[in-house]
Amino acid sequence: MVPESYYVALSAVLFSMGVLGVLIRRDPLVIFMSIELMLNAANLALVALGQRHGTTDGQALVFFVMCVAAAEVAVGLAIIVAIFRLRRRLSVDELSTLRG
Amino acid sequence: MSFVTFFVLAALAVGSAVGLLVRRNPIHGALFLVVNLGTIAALFLTLRAEFLAAVQVIVYAGAIAVLFVFAIMVLIPGKEETGPDPLRGQRLLTVPVVTLLLVLLALVLGSGTFQGPAKPPLAGGTEAVGRVLFTEYLFPFEVTSVLLLVAIVGVMALTKRRA
Repeated sequence: MVPESYYVALSAVLFSMGVLGVLIRRDPLVIFMSIELMLNAANLALVALGQRHGTTDGQALVFFVMCVAAAEVAVGLAIIVAIFRLRRRLSVDELSTLRG
Repeated sequence: MSFVTFFVLAALAVGSAVGLLVRRNPIHGALFLVVNLGTIAALFLTLRAEFLAAVQVIVYAGAIAVLFVFAIMVLIPGKEETGPDPLRGQRLLTVPVVTLLLVLLALVLGSGTFQGPAKPPLAGGTEAVGRVLFTEYLFPFEVTSVLLLVAIVGVMALTKRRA
């Protein structure tokens, strides 16, 4: 059996790569995908630590994280589409004001 | 055997994450993301979280990935990340900052989380998750439905074309 610390280490690496993606990319779609990467890394750590402590609470929490991620992606992509209709361009560096 | 499975899956997960970061075309990024989500589902299976593996494939690799591909098809981006980088100095700083974050995570996780013997693995699997979802976490579970409803209404309000 692989020790749970390996899973948590993998999740730390994946989370850092998600942070890197959010920081270095300019396309809001890719930034969104990097956020999904981070959420998945957190889910992996939750499941691994839940297994280690012998409870199902971690898995229940992951279920809620997935629901929130689904809602977040739907709303976020709708916002990106709305911004694209307004600006005809997609680059987060140019979207520095909240006013349309 | 389980070590071999883990390391193959870990290499796939990290490799697809690197692919997501370095490919300029967002549709390639979306496909790499699907690979990543699939490997996470397989890692859930190796952790004996069968229910979450199934939900991961249905919700993430199914619904969310399709949503991303739809958005990419609607927007047709891909040429936005060309041209001079207005924040080049800040972007050069990201790699040391993220390395620092990784070191901090390793220090925090290594400082006592994994001391002491592990508990015996759980029995029950999906049944145990369902039991805890519908008893202990019943209220958050119901709130989730409201959250999803709000998301549906919000998306419709956001994407409605004004006359």
